[in-house]
Amino acid sequence: MQFFIEVLVGGLLAGVMYSLVAIGFVLIYKASGIFNFAQGSLVLFGALTYVSLVERGWNPWLSFGATLAALVVIAIAAGRFVLRPLVNRAPIVLFMATLGLSLILEGAAQLFWGAQVHGLDLGIDDRPLHLAGVMVSRFDLFAAATACVLVLVLSQLAKRSRFGLSLRAVADDPLAAFAVGVRLPRIWAIVWALAGFVSLVAGLLWGARLGVQFSLSLVVLKALPVLIIGGFSSIGGAIVGGLLVGATEKLAEVYVGTVIGDGIENWFPYLLAMLFLLVRPSGLFGEAAVERV
Amino acid sequence: MELTRTLAEPRRLNPRQIAVPLASALVAFAGVPLVANDYWLNAILVPFLVLAVAGLGLNFVTGYAGQLSLGSAAFMSIGAYATYNLLVRVPALPLPLDLLLGGLASAAAGVLFGLPSLRIKGFYLIVSTLAAQFFVVWLFTRVAWFSNYDTSGVLSAPQLAIGHWRIDTPVSRYLFVLGVATLLFAFGASLVRSELGRRWMAVRDMEAAARVIGIPVGRSKLLAFALSSFVLGIAGALWAFAYLGTIEPDGFNLNLSFQVLFIIIIGGMGSIPGNFLGAAFIVLLPILLSNAAGALAHAGIGADQVQNLQKIVFGTLIIVFLIKEPEGLARLVQIVRQRRPKAS
Repeated sequence: MQFFIEVLVGGLLAGVMYSLVAIGFVLIYKASGIFNFAQGSLVLFGALTYVSLVERGWNPWLSFGATLAALVVIAIAAGRFVLRPLVNRAPIVLFMATLGLSLILEGAAQLFWGAQVHGLDLGIDDRPLHLAGVMVSRFDLFAAATACVLVLVLSQLAKRSRFGLSLRAVADDPLAAFAVGVRLPRIWAIVWALAGFVSLVAGLLWGARLGVQFSLSLVVLKALPVLIIGGFSSIGGAIVGGLLVGATEKLAEVYVGTVIGDGIENWFPYLLAMLFLLVRPSGLFGEAAVERV
Repeated sequence: MELTRTLAEPRRLNPRQIAVPLASALVAFAGVPLVANDYWLNAILVPFLVLAVAGLGLNFVTGYAGQLSLGSAAFMSIGAYATYNLLVRVPALPLPLDLLLGGLASAAAGVLFGLPSLRIKGFYLIVSTLAAQFFVVWLFTRVAWFSNYDTSGVLSAPQLAIGHWRIDTPVSRYLFVLGVATLLFAFGASLVRSELGRRWMAVRDMEAAARVIGIPVGRSKLLAFALSSFVLGIAGALWAFAYLGTIEPDGFNLNLSFQVLFIIIIGGMGSIPGNFLGAAFIVLLPILLSNAAGALAHAGIGADQVQNLQKIVFGTLIIVFLIKEPEGLARLVQIVRQRRPKAS
């Protein structure tokens, strides 16, 4: 039983880290209806830039600021050169444009900073903590707390601020929002910059765990089922989806994987997401799309 | 210009639409083997043809029926493994039948992973094809039966032969692939002009409207997945046997799926000749870039950087294509051809 709880808690905490990546998706999807595949590359780009600056002797906070500035520039450029020319095009076209964007970001990140693996130490103690006889990683707890803070801040921002109001207006009907004077390019830039910030945080946490390297951009593949279970347009859904995926994939790996062969955590979340979709085709908290002819 | 067309009455082909493919096929069968050397055959023409076939397969489901698939490589691997097992376990069967059955096995898997498309729409659907991608690679890695209990993990392709014709030289491999590709493209070109092809386009353009005018949307989608996977399965077998010479699950990873997707984006979604243009682009660009690497080395850019540059070039091209010419290279060629008579 104790083993079961440890696996469960470990899975839940890992799930929170998936949610962090998924939140970046949700932000962009809400504001522009784009399924942004470049999110994983943003995670890689952010983490690689930060770690390379720190290795060159920069102050960590300065590096963080510089990386964030770079991500904001990317956000504005993406809006100007990719989103604006593609306004009103089919969602599938926009998705493929983000595939192109992710190739550019991956290539650029490695062109500037090289392809070797960097260690990243955030100065967080990683001795396991004993809580009621269950071992819990301090680092995971820290990551989970960070995710919770981010979710609270972002959801309050979306609910109460003037920016949140325009964001919801754009999400509801971009043309109507545009007509009443919401500045679409600015909303896009802010949202992409926010998504960049979230992916930088996610990149640092994941980077500290796995080392900063190319495989970081594959985190996007872990975040996808999370997103799909939670629904594309709900920040809270991303958290619930993350917890579900994290817990079940670890449990499945430990209890089912030993029977039918290990490595099932690569596809198990997708199977889970598919089952969820068969019951709720727009995810747990997603809004069902209404079709008109 | 006819403005109204019914689903049941396909447009007639004009003479040029028959003459151009026929002439290219003649050149490819008779002319190319005379002039091309082994490097061109092995490293450029064979992968080009196989990738064009794979593009054709993905085009059915994504370009014509509008269902985004990120699992092309999974269906390719099913075709490759099914063909391998038939070749090894049932040596009595002739090679063409093995390929056909391999394609059918892949088509069955396509229907299975296409089933969620009846209920799930839009981006939620990529979960199904990605599930196929990860599950199939895992299955072929873990279950030893599929690799005939070979422990090395990398299977070498068995000797290929049709009757007494042994397919073991670059020229014979090229002709074999070319023959299969010709058949599949003839099949594909007539398919997309058929009633089914028109249904796919109706579903792609507006599913709700297609349903309202009485198109069996579910069946059309499943057939798109089946036929797409059939062609992809055969492409996978050719990729493994005629190009790589080996079969391993990791050879059919997500990257290959993306490559096939890029072929149809760059070549042209919903275009038959576009598959060739996109495949040529995908095969030639890395070669051009690595040739350019020699020049770049003087400018202080190392060979390992070329791969990164290549990614940036690729990504930029994809975005440029989507913005400037959403219908891809195929449309560009068409525009050039239409302008020429005016200029002269």
